[in-house]
Amino acid sequence: MTKITVNAKLMDVDAVPDTPLLWVLRDHLAMTGTKFGCGLALCGACTVHLDGVAVRSCVLPLSAVAGKAITTIEGLSADRSHPVQLAWLEIDVPQCGYCQSGQIMSAAALLRANPTPSDADIDAAMSGNICRCGTYPRIRRAIHRAAELQRSIATGAAQVGGVAHAGAGEGARQ
Amino acid sequence: MNFTGDDLSRRGFLGAAARVGGTVLLAMTVPAFGAGPKGDAAAARAQLNAWLIIDANNAFTVLVDRSEMGQGVYTALPTLLAEELEISLDDIKVVAAPVGDAYVNQGNGGQITGTSNSVQDAWDKLRLAGAQARCMLIAAAAREWRVDPGLCRAHNGSIFGPGEKSVAYGTVARAAARLPVPKDVQLKTNDQFRLIGKPRLRIDSAGKVDGSAEFGIDVILPGMLYAAVAQSPVLGGAVGAFDAAQAAAMPGVRKVLLAAGGVVVVAEHFWQALQARSALKITWEPGGNAQLDNAGIGHMLESAAKSEPALRARADGDAGAVLAGAVLAGAVPATAKRSLHAVYELPLLAHATMEPMNCTADVRAGGCDLYVGTQVQQVAQATAAAVAGVDPAKVRVFTTLLGGGFGRRLDVDFIPAAVAASKAVGVPVKVIWTREDDMTHDTYRPPAREELSGALDGEGRLIAWRLHITSPSITARMFPPVKGVDDSVIEAAVNCPYAVPNFELTYTRREIGIDVGYMRSVSHSPNCFAIESFMDEAALAAGKNPLDFRLQLLTAKPRHTRVLTLAAQRARWGNAPAGRFQGLALMEGYSTHIAQIAEVSVGRGVLKVHKITCVVDCGQMVNPSIVESQIVGGIVFGLSAALWGDVTIVAGQVQQSNFNSYRVLRGNEMPELDVQLLQSADPPGGIGEPSVALVAPALCNAIFAATGQRLRRLPIAAASFLEI
Repeated sequence: MTKITVNAKLMDVDAVPDTPLLWVLRDHLAMTGTKFGCGLALCGACTVHLDGVAVRSCVLPLSAVAGKAITTIEGLSADRSHPVQLAWLEIDVPQCGYCQSGQIMSAAALLRANPTPSDADIDAAMSGNICRCGTYPRIRRAIHRAAELQRSIATGAAQVGGVAHAGAGEGARQ
Repeated sequence: MNFTGDDLSRRGFLGAAARVGGTVLLAMTVPAFGAGPKGDAAAARAQLNAWLIIDANNAFTVLVDRSEMGQGVYTALPTLLAEELEISLDDIKVVAAPVGDAYVNQGNGGQITGTSNSVQDAWDKLRLAGAQARCMLIAAAAREWRVDPGLCRAHNGSIFGPGEKSVAYGTVARAAARLPVPKDVQLKTNDQFRLIGKPRLRIDSAGKVDGSAEFGIDVILPGMLYAAVAQSPVLGGAVGAFDAAQAAAMPGVRKVLLAAGGVVVVAEHFWQALQARSALKITWEPGGNAQLDNAGIGHMLESAAKSEPALRARADGDAGAVLAGAVLAGAVPATAKRSLHAVYELPLLAHATMEPMNCTADVRAGGCDLYVGTQVQQVAQATAAAVAGVDPAKVRVFTTLLGGGFGRRLDVDFIPAAVAASKAVGVPVKVIWTREDDMTHDTYRPPAREELSGALDGEGRLIAWRLHITSPSITARMFPPVKGVDDSVIEAAVNCPYAVPNFELTYTRREIGIDVGYMRSVSHSPNCFAIESFMDEAALAAGKNPLDFRLQLLTAKPRHTRVLTLAAQRARWGNAPAGRFQGLALMEGYSTHIAQIAEVSVGRGVLKVHKITCVVDCGQMVNPSIVESQIVGGIVFGLSAALWGDVTIVAGQVQQSNFNSYRVLRGNEMPELDVQLLQSADPPGGIGEPSVALVAPALCNAIFAATGQRLRRLPIAAASFLEI
């Protein structure tokens, strides 16, 4: 048994130490929000936070995560209220949605380290996350929007609870 | 929101709906639930037709019979129904429809999500279903109130009658479901639309931002085991002999079996199955492809093009005679600069969906449940039935969300191993392909050889041209038989808009020994690449601007002319910033008219794609926000393919195995995009695929403008004079 901390809960896992964290999360803990995309840290679909830093769980053995704080998409917020999730909904980013857990975790780690990322910062932080549907332009917009929301939350200045349907039109140029 | 985890769909109580015939909508109540909500809950719902269930509390469940793979059908199709039903999209819950005749896509002849026609097929069908249900609800309320239904109206989920009477749909839904389905209902005219045509948020996003959305790979059933499959490294090969002793003894391994052309390792966890798979000792019989490579495939296509008969798909005038100089000889100077000849070559491509292929099967006595991201529910059902040895009617298909489809999930080659394994071990089994499995065992976008000839008259007008396509036929493999020319190899060519008096389109089918499949935009991509590149070559030979050359060939083609003209205006055609060069492409595909202009620079041999302008007339839009995301997504898909897409084969084995050897576009590589969607009242066109096809020709035309070098073979990265 290995003890790991996922989303602030201590969990016992019965898996061999070289089992990648990805499969521990998905198969042993039934937390399937973290996705399998490549198995070689090439696509970013499996991104989780390890002590607040974005890592690729598909190449991270169980033995390397004991005693560290793991955060998955399921633990980013209890109610989709993380600024990145709010922005993702407002900009209507996902298409098929498969890569989006990883995109969101990478974006959340970026904004934690850099609350006001430039386009170049976004390029650097997000280039490890592939989206075959091509949601990249909306991801960029949503990260900038999430940065705004994060600042608003920090200053208590803005209402960020509801996502109005009227906002959906911004994506389409009429 | 969790569509497929919903016990509605899992329970399969919609079997009755599945037998609704054709487009005749039958009213039916929902039978009592099994182990699901019992008593009051079950009694309190009513099914109004094959797509709509209304709960007593005025909650609406829409069964969507197309697979959601990112293109937005879980939002767009309910929008059509909600428009006529007079309900809000916010009150709708979506579940995937089961297999059923009512759910057949008339445009595809089966329950198939493909050909970008989900909205086209549903356009009348679901609006009618919504309108009929609305009329039935009104009739039920009017009967209850003993008033003339004509005095009642529906609004926002309620019916309003004389004297301030009102009642929620849910209250009268069960009574309404017992009423006859009205034949003559009036559908709204376009100017009456309340939802259609307005940008709105998708209704499937919540689960995609919190990790709860359920894709096939996420399905977990009680007692489920996991499996990995060893498949022949040589495409088309088979297992000769295998020794599973070591693998079978490894931790967690429950079973090793020969199935589905490979060796299936079933274990308690997927990682265990993978470890055990690598311990298998297998002798493969390579079959007929042991010597197959790209040079050989190229030779097959070339020799077939030159020596095997061609079928004619379109003939205007007499292109053969004009090109041979026999007709109009006086008007066609027989000088070499006035005749054109070019061969374009397209590589094999991999779909590379983000979610690798997978399937979960639960085979029990006399039946099988299948949980799978599929674009072909009926084929999935028949495939599972054959492997399980049960009646197809006993196979229930639960369609999950698809982590990308792009046509890959029109194939069902990942289903048999799961069914065979579940049958062997007696519990549910989830088969997962690794990325390497997926990339080396795709059903690849077929290669094509496209030979073009043309003749210009003394005024520089294109008076004759011929396109001869040589490629395998996907349809002949997947949906045989094909009589005459496979429609899916002549797209964007058979309907080529240019007014040239003599045009011949011919096709030679040549199989290459490996399975090829439909991929997003199918033959629009190779054909648009060849035709739109060739039109630039013809314009050059004629001494004309590529834009003017095309516009002069667009006779009575107002939609083509409009998108091309607008794209040129928006991109400032002819006025690119210093050091940048433009190329354009025009196409009609899926009833959508679309023009693209690429803007590139090539500095010291390094290609940079700066911007792509895209103007789209796709007819009436259901949700412009989703249309925009699909057009953008198609451009990204087209960029990946045009720049890098290249599946190569050595000794029958695919050389690319993961995203390090099969490069796709990343966010930091995105050019600037300017997508313009035109308002139109024309019938809806497809939006998922068309924009893919124009990227390569627009790019290559721009590269020609920048370098004077004509690229006739993709991908662009293979060009020796360019770095990307």
